[in-house]
Order: sequence, then C-alpha cells, then structure tokens
Amino acid sequence: MKIDRRKFLKLTGATGIGLGLSATDIFTKGTVEASSGHSRVSTAATRLAMVINIGKLKTDDDYQRIIDACHSIHNVPTIDNPKHEVKWIWTDTYKHSFPEQINEYHPEAFMKKRFPLLCNHCDHPPCVRVCPTKATFKRPDGIIQQDMHRCIGCRFCMAACPYGSRSFNWIDPRPHIKEKNTEYPPRTMGVVEKCTFCNERLERGEEPACVESSNGALVFGNLNDPESEVRKILNTHFTLRRKPSLGTMPSVFYVIGGEDYAG
Amino acid sequence: MLDKALTGSKKYWTLVIILLGISGVGVFTYLHQLKTGLGITGMSRDVSWGFYISQFTFLVGGAASAVMLVIPYYLHHYKKFSKIVILGEFLAVASVTMCMLFIFVDMGQPMRIANVFLYPTPNSILFWDATVLSGYLVLNIVIGWATLHAEKKGTSPASWVKPLIYLSIPWAISIHTVTAFLYAGLPGRHFWLTAIMAARFLASAFSGGPALLIILALIVRKYTKFDPGKEPIQAVGKIVAYAMSVNVFFILLEVFTAFYSNIPGHMHSFEYLFVGIEGHSKLVPLMWTSVILAAVSLFLLIPPGFRKNESILVFACITVFISLWIDKGFGLVIGGFIPNHFGTVTEYWPTIPETLITLGIWSIGFLVLTILYQVTVSVREELGTAKSEY
Repeated sequence: MKIDRRKFLKLTGATGIGLGLSATDIFTKGTVEASSGHSRVSTAATRLAMVINIGKLKTDDDYQRIIDACHSIHNVPTIDNPKHEVKWIWTDTYKHSFPEQINEYHPEAFMKKRFPLLCNHCDHPPCVRVCPTKATFKRPDGIIQQDMHRCIGCRFCMAACPYGSRSFNWIDPRPHIKEKNTEYPPRTMGVVEKCTFCNERLERGEEPACVESSNGALVFGNLNDPESEVRKILNTHFTLRRKPSLGTMPSVFYVIGGEDYAG
Repeated sequence: MLDKALTGSKKYWTLVIILLGISGVGVFTYLHQLKTGLGITGMSRDVSWGFYISQFTFLVGGAASAVMLVIPYYLHHYKKFSKIVILGEFLAVASVTMCMLFIFVDMGQPMRIANVFLYPTPNSILFWDATVLSGYLVLNIVIGWATLHAEKKGTSPASWVKPLIYLSIPWAISIHTVTAFLYAGLPGRHFWLTAIMAARFLASAFSGGPALLIILALIVRKYTKFDPGKEPIQAVGKIVAYAMSVNVFFILLEVFTAFYSNIPGHMHSFEYLFVGIEGHSKLVPLMWTSVILAAVSLFLLIPPGFRKNESILVFACITVFISLWIDKGFGLVIGGFIPNHFGTVTEYWPTIPETLITLGIWSIGFLVLTILYQVTVSVREELGTAKSEY
C-alpha cells in the first residue's frame, strides 16, 4: 500500500496508458453495453469503495461527528465565506446531491434528509484526465490522489469534476485551521485538495476516519472482492450513485430506503 | 529593426507611456494577488474560472486575424493583402501574449507553471493548449519579423519562411480547436458539452479577430503615414460579415438543441444568462447587450451597401467586437459554471483588483502591438511604401 515518489511517477504514467485503453474499449465492446457503462468497470484486484447507509444516519450529531473526524485530522480549514470554503466531506439534500434523479412526489421527510458528500474516487475520473501535470492521479487501488507539491492551481480539475468535490485554497488556509494536527501536512495557498479516502490511515491498517466515526453507517472495502462487506451490502440493498449518466463510475454508493429514513 | 521602436512621434510616446502606466498598475495589483491569493478575485468554489480564463478564451480569437489574411494572401495570391498581412501577424503575437499572461495570472501556484512541460501529460487538453499557443506565438514572431526584414532589405523572405507560413495555417485552426476542447470535453457541464464548440470558436475568432484588425488598421491610417488601402479593408470586412453570420447561426443551433429537446441541464445556463434563475440575473443585461449588438452588426455587415461605407464598417466592427467580447469573454465561461453541480446558483462578478490585473494585461498586449506596429510603419515610411496602391 505504501506509495513512494518513484511509484507515484510510474503510476501516473500508467494512468495515461489506462486512459488510452479505456477509449479503445468503447469501440471494441458492444455499443449498448458500453453506453450503459457495464463494460467499463475496473478489473483490478483492489478497487476501494464506500457504501453510505443513509438510514443509519439519524441525528445532526451523526453527520457532524463524521465531518469533524475527517476535517480535524486533515487540517481542513474552517472558512466562513462559502465562496472560499474548503471541504473534504459535507452534507446536502437529496435534491442537490442527485439532481438528475428526483421527482416531485418524494416524501417530504426524505427530501429533508442530508446526504454525506465527498470525492467519489471515480473509476473513470475526469479530474485525472484533465490535470496538466499529473498532480492528481489514480492509484491501482482506485484512490484518486493529489500531489500538493506538483499542483499548479489551474483548477481544470474543478471544472471537470461533476460532483463539486474539489476545493481550491483561494486564501491561505493555515490561519483558519481550528486545531492543527502536526501528523498531517497542511496545504499551501493556491492548490486544489479533496478527500483521499484517508490513504495515510489505510497504510497503517486503519479505516477512513469518517467510516470509523460513523457507527456503521459508512462501510469501506474492496469492491472487486465478492466477499467484502461493501459487496454484501450492495448485493442486498438498493443503492444509488451520483450522476451515473456521466460514465464516471463513482466508488461511493448510497443505500436508499430499506430503513426508516425519516429520522 | 527593433531600434525603430525607440524613435517615434510624440503621440507614439504618449501612448507608450499611458500603456506602461496601466500595465504597471496591473503588475502591482498582481503582486498583491500573488501574496494574498486568488481570493481577491470574484471567483469561488462554484465559479472556479472567471475573468482571466474568459479573457484568454476570447483573445485566442484575436490571433485568428493572422490566418484570415494569410490564407487569401499566400494560398490564393490575393496581392491586395500584401500591406496588411503583417498587421494580422503582429496582432496575433499581441493576442497570444495576452492569452499566456491571462493563463499565468490565473494559476494558484504560478512558480510551478513549468510543471506543465516538466511532466508532459498528453491526456490533458491544457498541456496541448500551452503547446499550441506557444508554438503559434513563435511562428508569428518569426514569420512577421522575417518578412518585414526582407521588405526592408528589398528582397523576398528567406526560403525557410514559406513552409513556416503554410504551417501557421493549420496551427491557427489548432489553437481555436484545442481551446474549445478545454471546455467541450467536460462531463456534466452541459453548456460546454457540445460538438460544435470548436466550430463556434473558429467562427467567433474569424469574425472578432478581423473586426479588431479593421479597427486597428484604420487607427494606424489616421495617426501615421501608413495606409492599408481601401480594398483590403473591404475584403476583410467581407470576411467579418460571413464569419459573424456563421457565428450567430451556430449560437442559434445551440439554443434550438437546448430548448427543443427540453432537457433541463441544457437549458439552465441559457436561462441563467438571458433571464436569470431565481432572481440571480447579474449577467442578463450584458448578454442582451451582446445579442442586440450582434443583430445590429449583422444588419450593417450583410448588405454590401452599408459595408462599403467605411464609417459604417468600422462601427459594425466595433459592435462585433463588443458583442463577441461579452459572449465569449464573459458569458461562455461564466455561464458554464452556473448553475453549479448541485443545481444552485453562485454568481460571479469580477472584483476591482481582478479588473485592474485584467486591464494591465490588455495594456501589455497593446504595448506589444504598438511597438510592433511602430516598427512596421517606420520601416515602410523609410522605404516610401507606407501607402497601399489598392
């Protein structure tokens, strides 16, 4: 799991090749199959994914605990101006999170429900495709990683990400960090950042901080292992992903229904 | 030849000093931005590109002035363009210079900009854009300088210049296409996700670039002994008329697809730009100004009777330029970000520092242009060939 600089560079090269391959895939596979996205799933041994069980998140505190767990350990600044906000995980309504999948007759309580939002660690990430310096890249385990020392701050990735998951440091973030965690590097002004699925914790054999603090509402694991917990949930529950029509193949799934969501 | 830039009339020096002054204000404000971050601009996490990138997008069009003269002159031997083709090439130099400066000031970490070439990434359109823009800049400097130098010596340009001129033609197409691809390949940005984006960029460039050239050529005629001639201006006017018609046609195609298909994502940006969404309507007056100016320009450009009157032609070119500046230098980029990916609206308006930096770059561009035109005009005044025979 440990990735050093040499591997970073190799990896980023491999991402470029991977992109070329996926383009030819579209032509070799059946058209209908390709357009529906089923043929585009990763065949890597590991593809890290998250399942968010909305029904298990009940109180405001359930959400805040998850956000705080993430933002405190990653030195994510608290900036009041929404235009300059930096966020790795946050919440929004169903309407805003799944704008293409709404109808006027959803239960009112459901429409008020908050959904945790974060980087989807897409299997076909547009942000990686557009980055001019390979500062953002896809690891073999599916994590979309960001090299803060290579990023030139062009914000092409922000234009490309259809989920609004990327934050730019419009101002110096350091004065806005509530309690500094000296174990994790703060970012400098002028670079883009986002959720990393806690790669630093995974290396230590720990789960992502949000998952750990969620009391089982968030589940993390290997999507390409049929025996993994995430797969077991996906096999038995109805799940949604954000904006499936764009073909980005998100690795974050939302369990909708099956439990009382009115909490 | 560059020494010619150091000798000029009082008017020339006044202009140079004014432009230097505005550039200085821009540079000074940029240093402030460098220190405090892009937070001093009107950009936000929702509208993450603003004035800088939209000015760059618009100015790529200014570079098209060259190719629209190079094709008739070098491929069709339309001799009447002999005097103004260099004005187009030097306008391209100034435009591309501004483009690169606008990209530069938009970077969050400008000192790392060399990373684009240190870690070349062919799957990124921005890598290709940086490549084609710098290539086009070099091509036009070399071609313009070499041909002017030959003219000064009374010889024909060196044999290696011709292949470069031919290369510059597809290269010019590439800068508009690649810049359009920055936008046209992004999933979820419906306003930009359109196959005719590159075609629209070409049409707007081929009208806006030559329109600016006509305005500049007539300014040069008014203040110097250099006269580009009547017929060449008319010929460029015809190019503007055709290209602007195609440009407006392409925009109407977009409107049809968005509204006849009735797909919300395709309609939203148009709605924001032209009527506003939920009371957010900052750009509405600007966009209608653009529409009205476009209509006026077509009304004045299409009937040959109007166009043949040089004063009307210049007025039409000004309307084309402003209309396209609003449409491409503002609406196209900002509109693509609104509404955001959550279906909500965060508006954008440039701040004062952002505007000063923008004006500074325009000023640097015009300074480059003024110097290059001064050299050109001086060379021809010395040769006694400042007046076109057409």
